[in-house]
Amino acid sequence: MSSMTTQSQDPTGAEIVVRALKDHGVRHIFGYPGGAVLPIYDALFQDDAIEHILVRHEQGAAHAAEGYARSTGKPGVILVTSGPGATNAVTGLTDALMDSIPLICITGQVPTHLIGTDAFQEADTVGITRPCTKHNVLVRDVKDLPRILHEAFYIATFGRPGPVLIDIPKDVQFRRAPYVGPSNIRHRTYQPRLKGDLKKIEQALEMIAAAKKPVFYTGGGVINSGKLASHLLREFVRMTGFPITSTLMGLGAYPANDPQWLGMLGMHGTYEANLAMHDCDLMIAVGARFDDRVTGRLDAFSPNSKKIHIDIDPSSINKTVRADVGIVGDVAHVLDDMIRLWRARQLRVDGAALSAWKLQIDGWRARKCLAYKTSNDVIKPQQAIERLYELTKGRTTYISTEVGQHQMWAAQFYKFDEPNRWMTSGGLGTMGYGLPAAVGIQVAHRDALVIDIAGEASVQMVMQELSTAVQFDLPIKVFILNNKYMGMVRQWQQLLHGGRYSHSYSEALPDFVKLAEAYGVVGLRATKPEELDDRIREMINTNRPVLFDCVVDQMENCYPMIPSGAAHNEMILNDNSEEAAVSEAGKVLV
Amino acid sequence: MSTPKRDEPKSAYFLVDQKDREIRTTFCVLVDNEAGVLARVVGLFAGRGYNIESLTVAEVDHLDRTSRITIVTSGTPAVLEQIRHQLERLVPVHKVFDLTAEHPGIERELALVKVAGTGEKRVEALRLSDAFRARVIDTTHSSFVFEVTGSAGKLDAFIDLMKPLGLVEVSRTGVVAISRGAEAM
Ligand SMILES: Cc1ncc(C[n+]2csc(CCOP(=O)(O)OP(=O)(O)O)c2C)c(N)n1
Ligand SMILES: [Mg+2]
Repeated sequence: MSSMTTQSQDPTGAEIVVRALKDHGVRHIFGYPGGAVLPIYDALFQDDAIEHILVRHEQGAAHAAEGYARSTGKPGVILVTSGPGATNAVTGLTDALMDSIPLICITGQVPTHLIGTDAFQEADTVGITRPCTKHNVLVRDVKDLPRILHEAFYIATFGRPGPVLIDIPKDVQFRRAPYVGPSNIRHRTYQPRLKGDLKKIEQALEMIAAAKKPVFYTGGGVINSGKLASHLLREFVRMTGFPITSTLMGLGAYPANDPQWLGMLGMHGTYEANLAMHDCDLMIAVGARFDDRVTGRLDAFSPNSKKIHIDIDPSSINKTVRADVGIVGDVAHVLDDMIRLWRARQLRVDGAALSAWKLQIDGWRARKCLAYKTSNDVIKPQQAIERLYELTKGRTTYISTEVGQHQMWAAQFYKFDEPNRWMTSGGLGTMGYGLPAAVGIQVAHRDALVIDIAGEASVQMVMQELSTAVQFDLPIKVFILNNKYMGMVRQWQQLLHGGRYSHSYSEALPDFVKLAEAYGVVGLRATKPEELDDRIREMINTNRPVLFDCVVDQMENCYPMIPSGAAHNEMILNDNSEEAAVSEAGKVLV
Repeated sequence: MSTPKRDEPKSAYFLVDQKDREIRTTFCVLVDNEAGVLARVVGLFAGRGYNIESLTVAEVDHLDRTSRITIVTSGTPAVLEQIRHQLERLVPVHKVFDLTAEHPGIERELALVKVAGTGEKRVEALRLSDAFRARVIDTTHSSFVFEVTGSAGKLDAFIDLMKPLGLVEVSRTGVVAISRGAEAM
């Protein structure tokens, strides 16, 4: 150890961790113990200020922390051991990086002198997680620990949020050093820009005033920017009267029950949203990143529009789609300036053009692209979500999802009117996200109704977290749309691979009701349309975790769908339109 | 042939043909000299499929503990803009400077070139080294080690000329670069 004076009354590294967490207002952490983090667990044991939620798998801890973070706007914290503990968390870290979720991940590491010797449960954690974290650090000296912890919170939450990992060798957890509080942390190099360039904002406003066929295209950045951003977005969108669509990650920032709302866009977006994007003459992208699931075929993406792009991450601007005006800044800051300058300069939109544009959009809406046929014998998955929405809409409800058709139906049919109520794995598309995310959400919102809309395949990936829900009295509802298929895979195989259903049937499914009983949660099942409402009510009124087996039509496809290498205006709307639409394709990748 | 014809597999991804021409560019990156910083930069290039033609790194301010990384890469203008922004996203990066686009710069590289031979060839190697202003920094009766500095192209030319004269081994530093004029990056 260095010669700098450390006194026996100084805290240990482990105690420093707990103090720093408290100083950053952390109330809950999600974790799993092991040899390399025992000192930190010991420090937690002696302190009641932080509630530790013991998960059943480190991936569960990471997704739970994501759900916690996304539903509160605060960073989620996880604590896992070295080696397998760290590697198990990798999927969750990657998921958080892709969706810009602030996480702090503390991993134990073998003692400093054993690093590099292939010690028991040693893994090169910072090496493994370098590409799947916003930043990561191996702490070699306990004196650096307070600063590193404070900087981690700053980096995870400031600018475009993301996961930060701190790897702490066991000897560093035992050693002592003075604790330094978090005041005035400002990182040496990392200082993202929050305020947008006013000249560019003015230029954008002129384009907005001149637009004849405008559309707002908003994304997860609005949610990440905070409640104020959603508020300002609503204000500005209403001031202009422009139509608005959003990505999967941005749902809830603008109320789905508003007449200007077009629904979600992208591969499974609505006809009206995608055609408005295709035909617009001005696109105002706010905190959205032109993901390939949104743009479809790039060379045919919105060919006649000028594009304004607001994003806090300069690398998002011009990455895949060229912006005519790129504004780097935080959404709330930029919208605030836009509204202020719009008023100050007394700008007006082109009302006549806008009316004509809205008429055109109404024509697209009239196609009723989300319509589906109900049946007397079998529950349609869309119907299940619609009923779930109708029966829960008056409550404070948080929805998470797994990945697949059910996720897209949830996005299409559950109407979100508030930000932070919708938690889904967008960028990484991680099956197994929804159940642990629901655990995390419920930890943060004890009295709310928290529902994981799941598929029977996805839910089995991190299912063991039901046990966590039981242990901590978290009455999460897992609503499984059970189509006995990896439905999204089956749909692609049907539409893109000649109906060869290679390994997409969910063989040997468990009896979910019995499984529920084994876990000590309530099992419910609905198989007939007439049972649906009563069972959903029963689920809502049960103040314990529920595993709901909603048996639905096996062969239902999720439409609209933008097929192979197609543009926004070449959507498949239903089972009968597929031939014509897919035939042009043939460009292969994955 | 009578193999059953399967329809072509399709995908919801699409391929695009790259139309823009690739440009060679030199980036100078000022970073905190902390553990793993080079791995972050190299990992970024590997992970996102950017190529590295040359890379050099050394601490340039011992008090402030900052290092300067010089990377020669090539890509379309859009890719180069991405590389720059992606570098700026790395937490320990202070500053990124594009020496090709923003400011004309000067590039230098140093090579140590070992040439073995006797008689006519040995004399010719020495004569040519003089023309390139290379210095002899080690010599035996049958070999020279030349130190030669210049642009990467000049080093290439020198090494090419040494090949028929008994070139044995080459060690190069990679390119370092700085902008012309009075200002710092
Ligand atoms: C971890 C992981 N593995 C594989 C996939 C590929 N994948 C996407 S959707 C899907 C099927 C999901 O089936 P299910 O959960 O039953 O949902 P459904 O589509 O039937 O609603 C698969 C395998 C994925 N997204 N994540
Ligand atoms: Mg399924």
